[in-house]
Formats: sequence, structure tokens, C-alpha cells
Amino acid sequence: MLEETAPEWLSEEVKTGTTIIAIEFNGGVVLGSDSRVSAGASVVNRVMNKLSPLHDKIYCALSGSAADAQTIAEIVNYQLDVHSTEIGEDPQVRSAATLVRNISYKYKEELSAHLIVAGWDRRGGGQVFATLNGLLTRQPFAVGGSGSLYVYGFVDAEYHRGMSRKESQQFVVNTLSLAMNRDGSSGGVAYIVTIDEHGTEEKVILGNQLPTFFDQ
Amino acid sequence: MEKLCTDPRTRGVSTGTTILAAIFDGGVVIGSDSRASIGGEYVSSKTINKVIQVHDRIFCCMAGSLADAQAVIKAAKFHLSFHSVQMESPPLVIAAASVLKDLCYKNKEELQAGFLTAGWDKKNGPQVYVVSLGGMLISQQVTIGGSGSTFIYGYVDAKYKPNMTKEECLQFATNALALAMGRDNVSGGVAHLVVITEKGVEHVVVPGDKLPRFHDE
Repeated sequence: MLEETAPEWLSEEVKTGTTIIAIEFNGGVVLGSDSRVSAGASVVNRVMNKLSPLHDKIYCALSGSAADAQTIAEIVNYQLDVHSTEIGEDPQVRSAATLVRNISYKYKEELSAHLIVAGWDRRGGGQVFATLNGLLTRQPFAVGGSGSLYVYGFVDAEYHRGMSRKESQQFVVNTLSLAMNRDGSSGGVAYIVTIDEHGTEEKVILGNQLPTFFDQ
Repeated sequence: MEKLCTDPRTRGVSTGTTILAAIFDGGVVIGSDSRASIGGEYVSSKTINKVIQVHDRIFCCMAGSLADAQAVIKAAKFHLSFHSVQMESPPLVIAAASVLKDLCYKNKEELQAGFLTAGWDKKNGPQVYVVSLGGMLISQQVTIGGSGSTFIYGYVDAKYKPNMTKEECLQFATNALALAMGRDNVSGGVAHLVVITEKGVEHVVVPGDKLPRFHDE
């Protein structure tokens, strides 16, 4: 404590150490994330948007190593562009998720990032795919990142099928708020993206507008 | 947070557990799961009771190494009964918690045990205390512990309300334990719950097939 040690951001890897969530509702999907990027104990970015567009109606949520996650998202964005030109129409969510999974699986030893892919397409409506460690699975909702551990119980209890758009958005905001309160690596503001057949809506919820709970 | 030993054989039988205590209007609920495992690979007991009575209206839940916790509780029970004879009255809940804290703090190098203490006494009504691994003692309205507790922090933060009724609090505690047992592989079995009020003590056991089910089960 008495010696001067160098700040951690000089030596620690930059991780998004985060909370991310995506949920399907009737007619679309809602994605949410916190905004904290940490290098060890230093917060190097407190307003990073971890919801990255892969296409007009397909987004992904980034977690794990910031560099790895961003690179995967950029590569898939490019590959999806080429693919959608080739087929002459908007890509399916499953295609985007497959491209992410292919990279995650092939380079699983070198990469340490987990992306949740969610979006809307004409064929399947709103869909959420988890791509952890190179698997590909469609789920009604998915949570990820270091903060997700603390909210597994909450999402297990509160999720039910057939939620409306507003209910899903509230569910995402509540989950993010709870996780950000408990996880040291999650915090800042909450970013929400809602995708349905009519379009994509991005929203930011500032720290002091997040829901509070009984001991706050 | 729990320290993790890598080799299960040297660590011995650990409770790898979920424990919880919560205050409601007029009393307190304390509960736990019932699984004891060796390193997360083998369940050595499916029905172990981790809620121990240390006095008429004071109960403890143990987390961490089962051996350490049992030894500490045995010593604490003795100290407490001696203390209550000296004081000529039932011990306060904080006295029980302090006894546990002293043992954990003074022997912090050798021990790996944490406790929740919950009870009712005439002076302060229902109370919940947490003694953590290094020997810190704090009072809270609701608290969770053990490896399974990480998964239910969000649920407890969202769903606990001060001054619930006894039935609401029992349902809250059962739900929380069920959710933790559903996600943590070293918690499971039945849910042991104890309700402590001025009037007395009530044991509730919820067997695995009667636990609440959630959307994906």
C-alpha cells in the first residue's frame, strides 16, 4: 500500500467483464448490455456500447476479451455483407450466428470472447442464439458475461413465454440493473436494442434512471 | 466469497452449498439445501442437515468445509450454553454470532468456514448475522451464502421486501433455494427451512419433487 505500483491498465488485458442479455418476444428481440470495460481493477471505458450491429436487423452482444469480441464482430459484419449480396436479400439470424460460431469454434484456443447473436428475419421472426465456446444453440433468452452468474436465479424465475415488447424491455433493464449492482466488472449505463419487423430501436438508460431495489 | 481448493481429496468433504436467512414481520426464516459433495464429483450425502440449532431460538447455517464448520459449531454451542448459565437468561442472537465470529477470526489461518446465524430474542426481536470466512460479523435483513448463492443474488435483490408475512417469506426462501439448486451442481436435495418467532420454532422440509418449478423445467 505504501509503495507506488503502476496502474493496472498498463499491464492487464482489457476485458469487457460484462453483463449481456438477449430475449425473444412475440415479434422480435431485445438485447441489453452494461457499459463497463475494465483492465484489472481500472475502468478504462465506462460508456462502451457492447451491442454491435452485424446487419440491419441482426445485432450481437460482446463479452470476454474486448479485442477478441470486437474483432469477431467486425469480421462477421463483413462476411454477412458479402453473403447478403450473394443471396440478394437480408440474411437470416441463424446465418449470422453460424458465422460467429465458426470463428469461435475454429479459434477456440486463442480467443476468449462470447457473443450472443440476436435479430429478426422474415422466416423465423425474433431469434436469439448463444455461441459460447463454439456451440450454436437457439434459446428463448440468453445471458452472458461475468455479471450473468448473479442473475441466473432471477431470469429463471421471471422469464415466461409470450411477453410483450414493453415487458421484455423491462425484464432486460431489471436484469441488467441487478447484475450491475452485484458484479464489480459490470456497471455504467444500460444499452438496449429492440429489433422487430418495423425496425431497430437503440436506447440508453443512464445510471440514475436504472431501477433500484430494496436496499438501495 | 469461497476459496476454492483444486484437489478434492485434500480438501475433504465440503458442503458446496446454498444457505439463506431472511427477516419477516415478527420472525426470521433460515434455510439450506441438503447436499454434501466431494469436490463436485461425488455426492457423499443427499440429506445432510446444514441448519443447526445452537440454542432454543437461535439457529446457524454452515458453509465451506464441513469438518471445520462442525468443529466450530460444537465449540460455539458449549460457549453459548455456559454463557447463558452465567447470564441466567437465554443468550442474545448477537452473542451466538459473536462466539462464532471469535472462533473464526482467531483461527482464520486454519479454518475455512462461514456461518449465517438467525434467531429471535426478547431484546432485539428477529435478527440475522453473517460471519464470513475471515471472521467479519455484520447484521443484515436478508443474506445468502455458499457456492449456490452467486446465482440468486439477482433474485434476492429483486424479490426480498422488508416486513413480509411468514407465508410470503417462506415462499421467497423456497423459491430462492430451488433456483440456486437448479443452477449450482454442488447444491441440491431437499430444502430445509426453519421459521423462528417469539412463539417458537417450526421446521419445514420441502422434498425435491415438491420444490417450485420454473419455466424451463
